[in-house]
Amino acid sequence: MQAVEVSHIVKSFADKVAVDDLSFSVAQGEIFGLIGPNGAGKTTTIKMMMDIIKPDSGEVTILGEKLSEAAKNKLGYMPEERGLYKKLRVIDSIIYLASLKGMDRRSAVEKANTLLNHTGMLPHERKKTEELSKGMGQIIQFIVTIIHDPQLIILDEPFAGLDPVNTELLKGMLLDLRNQGKAIILSTHQMNQIEELCDRILMVNNGRAILYGNLSEIKARYQNNAVLLDIKGELGDVPGVTEKRPHKGYIELVLDGKTTPQQLLERLVSRGIVVNRFEIATPPLNQIFLEVVGKSHE
Amino acid sequence: MNKTLLIFRHEFLYTIKRTGFIIMTLIVPLIALLAIGVYQVVSGIVKPSAAEEIKIGYVDKWGGFDQYTRQGNLILVRFDTSDDANKAMVNKDIKEYFVITPDYASTGVMNRYTLEKQLTAPPATIAAIKNFLSSNMLAGKVPQATIDLVEAPLYLVTIKLTETGAVAPEQGGFGNLIIPGIFSLLLVLSITFSSSYLLQGLGDEKESRLIEVLLSSVSTRQLITGKVLGLGAAGLAQVVVWVVSAPFLLNLATSSIGGFISTIQLPANFLVLGIVYFILGYLLFAVISTGIGAITSSAREGQQLATIFTLMAISPLWFSSLLMLFPNNPVWVALTIFPFTAPVVLMLRLGSTDVAAWQIAASIAVLLLFITGGMLLTVRVVRTYLLMYGKRPGLGEIIRSLKSS
Repeated sequence: MQAVEVSHIVKSFADKVAVDDLSFSVAQGEIFGLIGPNGAGKTTTIKMMMDIIKPDSGEVTILGEKLSEAAKNKLGYMPEERGLYKKLRVIDSIIYLASLKGMDRRSAVEKANTLLNHTGMLPHERKKTEELSKGMGQIIQFIVTIIHDPQLIILDEPFAGLDPVNTELLKGMLLDLRNQGKAIILSTHQMNQIEELCDRILMVNNGRAILYGNLSEIKARYQNNAVLLDIKGELGDVPGVTEKRPHKGYIELVLDGKTTPQQLLERLVSRGIVVNRFEIATPPLNQIFLEVVGKSHE
Repeated sequence: MNKTLLIFRHEFLYTIKRTGFIIMTLIVPLIALLAIGVYQVVSGIVKPSAAEEIKIGYVDKWGGFDQYTRQGNLILVRFDTSDDANKAMVNKDIKEYFVITPDYASTGVMNRYTLEKQLTAPPATIAAIKNFLSSNMLAGKVPQATIDLVEAPLYLVTIKLTETGAVAPEQGGFGNLIIPGIFSLLLVLSITFSSSYLLQGLGDEKESRLIEVLLSSVSTRQLITGKVLGLGAAGLAQVVVWVVSAPFLLNLATSSIGGFISTIQLPANFLVLGIVYFILGYLLFAVISTGIGAITSSAREGQQLATIFTLMAISPLWFSSLLMLFPNNPVWVALTIFPFTAPVVLMLRLGSTDVAAWQIAASIAVLLLFITGGMLLTVRVVRTYLLMYGKRPGLGEIIRSLKSS
């Protein structure tokens, strides 16, 4: 059973089509990246998945069924802009929002204490939310999102505004949750985080899917027949190489259409060159993003 | 626990713990208690002194005016000649004097002499002189009781009867106006405060995007119902505190102050209708506030828009003196039925007249109709606009989107 199954959803606001015939699925036990430029339709898609707004057409199933009030208890959602009750104490905010997810007070208090302790926020549980820093508020919001042990977790820009320590803490918790079999949808502009955490991605632009699938397969699809090389000594002229791009600590060699990386490696070894690093170059996701989005604008 | 109940409980507890709410709830009975306390302290310090006696001279040239020389705090002092009276007035022994001329019986003319510049003689002085003259002229000719009756021939006591001819339990009068007048003001304040809390809460949750977290847990209907009822219950608790404290404070005020306060009565149906109209009035304004909260991008913008409706609710208080003079004028009947003004107008009219049962029934029916229709429209507006941020949609756009949804 897929955690999310989105089938041909369409949503328009006034004269603008926000989401246009979008289909994708998210499996249990995977981190799924939802990426795209601003206004691409990511947030509208998330809101339709959570039944906050209804699609004009198409269907969404969550954990094998249409989203019901009961099924909302299996969802955890963290919006891009964080919001908690400013005048409420941290612990009261967590318990109230956990109770709306079907938790009883006792379990909510126990779990809140465990998570607050794990994230180092326990000393702040009696503070009002308005007394916390932005990063602290974000950690509390993350606790609210996962406290009820949801099967599907949707996070909109979860790392924005976090310091490196808390970013690593959050990443570790996300990987733990994935390993427990939870499905996680990560919507972010930070391509390095997507590359580091996600198994599969969906790239949307103007409400339509422009890239969808396994991240490594997508990167392989966009590789530009180049290798990254670090050797001892001088390289000299190598047959089959059309361009050498020097970088700090390595050289990028662009191959002609007839030469494969394997053939290049054989040529280097046969010439007695000591190779410290030989890597088939794949473009960073950021570059793919710019290329694909740029093309779709043309 | 049901999610609507959870939201209800949260909103209720969150609201009644707000400093502004606590102050508003307690300040009304506290001010009344303070006023009674201040009255008792002041009346204990300042002992009522006997009214100052004022001496007025007179010269009787007609003869026979020598009795009834004390008229309230006025003492009439006889002088034999105008010169003697004049000297006494210049010496400040008397304040003024008058001369009863020999032909007074045929002309009724009398001269009054004073050092003060006056447009006309003070009414109290005129009344005292009149009583002095009439009493002396009748003395010995008619019984004293007749003289007293001539002095004060009318003390009109109006008794209101019911349609069956029995004496009505409420006898009306200005005393009846006080509590409904004050209560109508408090009622409209409570209604607008409660609905403004709702508006502010929605605006804050929308601004902070907390609304998205809430809607990922509950449905729009559960959220709105829980909020409206939770804040309404808090407002009702406030009104109940006022209503319950009113008879107690009234008793305390009557026993401490007496006088005019003791004539204040609470119309029998007033307390029940006060609570009914709070509930209906609040629900109407809550529905409107929710709709405004959905289409506006911030709590502040929402409050500005809601002011239009608040002014509509308060406006009858501006004309309350007219309403009390002509409580059954068709304008007031219409405003009793018009839902936005109904709570205030009905409360004011209850104090000054008997409001026909059909008018109350029509008013409640129209309020219920507006609440139901408003709720249906508001849920659609909320679903469409609650999660839209930025520019507020125009009226035309809202109507178009409601038609197409």
